Amino acid sequence: MHEKTIAELALGLKNKEYSSQELTQAFLSRVKTLNPDLNAFITVTEESALAAAEGADAALARGEAGPLTGIPIAQKDIFCTKGVRSSCGSKMLDNFISPYDATVVERFNQAGTVMLGKLNMDEFAMGSSNETSFYGPVKNPWDTGTVPGGSSGGSASAVAARLVPGATGTDTGGSIRQPAAFCGITGLKPTYGLVSRWGMIAFASSLDQAGPMARTAEDCALMLQAMAGFDPRDSTSVDQPVPDYSATLGQPLEGLRIGLPREFFGEGLDSEIARLIHEAVDEYRKLGATVKDISLPNMHLSGPAYYVVAPAECSSNLARLDGVRYGYRCAEPKDLKDLYMRSRGEGFGAEVKRRILIGTYALSAGYYDAYYLKAQKIRRLISEDFKRAYQEVDVIMGPTSPSVAFRFGEKSADPIAMYLSDIYTIAVNLAGLPGMSIPVGFSGKLPVGMQIIGNYFSEAQLLNVAHRYQQVTDWHRRSPSL
Amino acid sequence: MQWETVIGLEIHAQLATKSKIFSGASTAYGAEPNTQACAIDLGLPGVLPVLNQEAVRMAVKFGLAIGATVTPRSVFARKNYFYPDLPKGYQISQYDLPVVGNGQTTISVDGEEKVVGITRAHLEEDAGKSLHEDFHGFSGIDLNRAGTPLLEIVSEPDMRSAKEAVAYMKKLHALVRYLEICDGNMQEGSFRCDANVSVRPKGQEKFGTRAEIKNLNSFRFVEKAINYEVERQIEILESGGQVIQETRLYDSVKDETRSMRSKEEANDYRYFPDPDLLPLEIGPDFIEHVRKDLPELPDVKRDRFKSKYGLNDYDAEVLTATRELATYFEAVVKAAGCDAKLCANWVMGDLAAALNKAGLEIEQSPVQPDRLAGLVQRIADDTISGKIAKQVFEALWESGETADAIIEHQGLKQITDTGAIEAIIDEIIAANPDQVAGYKSGKDKLFGFFVGQAMKATGGKANPAQLNDLLKKKLQ
Amino acid sequence: MSLTSEEVNRIAWLARLAIDSDKTDAYAHDLSGILNFIEQMSTVDTDAVAPMAHPLDQAQRLRPDAVTEADQRALFQTLAPAVEAGLYLVPKVIE
Repeated sequence: MHEKTIAELALGLKNKEYSSQELTQAFLSRVKTLNPDLNAFITVTEESALAAAEGADAALARGEAGPLTGIPIAQKDIFCTKGVRSSCGSKMLDNFISPYDATVVERFNQAGTVMLGKLNMDEFAMGSSNETSFYGPVKNPWDTGTVPGGSSGGSASAVAARLVPGATGTDTGGSIRQPAAFCGITGLKPTYGLVSRWGMIAFASSLDQAGPMARTAEDCALMLQAMAGFDPRDSTSVDQPVPDYSATLGQPLEGLRIGLPREFFGEGLDSEIARLIHEAVDEYRKLGATVKDISLPNMHLSGPAYYVVAPAECSSNLARLDGVRYGYRCAEPKDLKDLYMRSRGEGFGAEVKRRILIGTYALSAGYYDAYYLKAQKIRRLISEDFKRAYQEVDVIMGPTSPSVAFRFGEKSADPIAMYLSDIYTIAVNLAGLPGMSIPVGFSGKLPVGMQIIGNYFSEAQLLNVAHRYQQVTDWHRRSPSL
Repeated sequence: MQWETVIGLEIHAQLATKSKIFSGASTAYGAEPNTQACAIDLGLPGVLPVLNQEAVRMAVKFGLAIGATVTPRSVFARKNYFYPDLPKGYQISQYDLPVVGNGQTTISVDGEEKVVGITRAHLEEDAGKSLHEDFHGFSGIDLNRAGTPLLEIVSEPDMRSAKEAVAYMKKLHALVRYLEICDGNMQEGSFRCDANVSVRPKGQEKFGTRAEIKNLNSFRFVEKAINYEVERQIEILESGGQVIQETRLYDSVKDETRSMRSKEEANDYRYFPDPDLLPLEIGPDFIEHVRKDLPELPDVKRDRFKSKYGLNDYDAEVLTATRELATYFEAVVKAAGCDAKLCANWVMGDLAAALNKAGLEIEQSPVQPDRLAGLVQRIADDTISGKIAKQVFEALWESGETADAIIEHQGLKQITDTGAIEAIIDEIIAANPDQVAGYKSGKDKLFGFFVGQAMKATGGKANPAQLNDLLKKKLQ
Repeated sequence: MSLTSEEVNRIAWLARLAIDSDKTDAYAHDLSGILNFIEQMSTVDTDAVAPMAHPLDQAQRLRPDAVTEADQRALFQTLAPAVEAGLYLVPKVIE
């Protein structure tokens, strides 16, 4: 059962091959067996999952089921879930039982999915390896000595290990796409504004987006359908009609114009990965697409700009974590100053503190123009590069990450080394464009992912492009031996 | 050394919206602590702000009333600092691009008019409250107020005396109430003032170092605080010292300003545009809509009262102090159809006194305009004298009856029948021969005795003017 | 761009983050490295470029002025570290 995709499971439920309760038990059982080692889950919500499954079965029996009714999923612990711990991977929120549901959670609940629990992540979504979590690192099921990627490491690992057929992730600089690539699964970061951020604990407000992570584009389409759409509670939510993402999955790709930015294939890219990407692009040629070299000349500035904007916004977003109204409070604070300094000093991990400090510095008096304002200008340049490219091509492809999953500790000594693993993904967040990662092969035993970047609100096209590839290849069907 | 005082005021007016500026929690005053602080107001993880349309309308109303430009595209910025009554660790405010730009207002001090410039007005959210009464070494934080919309109005440093500052503050206080954007209740903190005060040698162009006096919540305190501060600064400068740029609090008990202990270093607020909010765009349609809704402004109304009703400066000023009073007055005049001045006297005099005594506002007056008008008409047409009218007014206040009904019931009609008055005079003259003799022999003061007797005999209802004439004739 | 320990302490105070005194140098080192990385931004001239605060080119939506939130104090205060008489308690604030 656990090898099946969401689409297959939905069909099985409809055909009464099994019930949602049986499905849920099966996955919970896998979680019990495999999670202690993988550490993908922070919280498992067995009781409520079984109750939800019961409800789903009743809906199925009444003939009132939707495409996701009764399907087990799991939520990245960045989403507020009512009555359930929502920790964001941090000691700061270890005791935070959210009093409300995020919009994304509400929508999945309304769609009738069964939440198995909350997934591990880099603390406050800051990281590319899931090594900064208060709850310990997550392991990559393909090689448990390697990282699953981050910050949605728990989500990627759980899906890859078949602990759950689909999971939510969030992506601020690559946190859905890079772990999807490291774990050999399919992940999509939507256009900024497509999915509501209400109840999604904020890291960098102008970059964060929630998205689906599953094994196939077809599954991502089903999940995105439930997640996407206007939410009046989020001022940055876009009010426009949501297309039927599943309806256009099978459209032929004749005439599709693919752009390959030369900046994505420069030095620093592992040669094996480069080879696999080119092979994948060849598949697209066979499907009728044309390929063109393009240039995104300001790409090299995306890292520096991102590492100003994201820390600046997060330094402000995390100021509310002060031990006053909720969350971690230090023991016996002597005075107000002590309350703040020690609650925050003890509650946050080192990477979060580094980013808060950099962000605070970048916004401080005398530095705003040189850093924050400058970064916003570079953001404009990068967006214009993409705009220009999309005048000549429909989608842009390239490697998701310059390397495959690295070993634990390999990049933790130097923050910059860790930051460089995001070099292909960051620009997409700065521009607010949608991007996917799909598995396109293996380097040794580790998965390699290819990134597909679309124009604004072109998720339907992205999913179609990804799906057609998955119809003629089977990388997405491979399973790690566990 | 001659010193010149320079004052700029920053006024925070709480906008009278039903819900908060960025959340749907209530703004009603006086609720139990933290019962009106929703998830957004508490700054829970994952919450997001959405802007209240009415707060924007109110800001635009204000902008139009002071003749300012309404910024077509304004931006919300985060002002970052840590304080327990600031749940998010930042206040959503406006920095570079405020919603209202340059405007002005005119004040009047000792009969002289002066224009005071207003630099800008912007929208922001209020913080919560800290209660320092001992919770055994702790302070208690109430976040009901957090998120209430504020309009921060910044004046140019145009004022040159505490009196001017108070006049400006009163002007704006009346204006925001006129516009119905703020209830102006200073006790409840709806209207707060910070004063920036500095001095410089007369004739010097450069401004002196200023101190900011925070949270002055009465006109009296503003005046006293500024006066104290000016003295303090002059003393420092005259003894060769320097004024420190700092924030001070006014102690009304000791009548002095004190430096705020916690403000050792200037705060670095690290303003940046709030990424959870998009730029606020206000187009000409929106502005026109608001403009149509603007009431007649106080200055315009005051001038109109002077020309239309022939009132003097003072009366016009008093009657237009609030929109409610002005409306009441005009309703009385309309219903009475006569003598605006007489109406004005009654509204400003007996009615105001009665309302004051009972602690009522004009909106709560038990005497409605048409009933008061009825009284005025009967004075104007000589049915009753001014003196009797006071009696009638008391009855108007106590009962729901009309003036006519009261006059009827109590038989208060003035006696204007010459014959009747003469008859009474004759009786009095007949009954008081000594006084008649006394008066005729030159004791003029005795005239009052006869008036008194006649009034007594007529129960006060003799028309005074006629009585006087007839008495004089008969006592010749 | 190199940060001194004093600057690290100043920024840490602004951000209300306690840093162990024996870790200040390590932070200074890491942060200096990040700032060097960020310095690359200065290699391009952006004088004529308008800053982009948001990927979305749209205006702020307005919501009607209505009270839509009920009192949930009891629920919210179950999350609080210290509460009394409905108030959040913090060490005494001195003004």
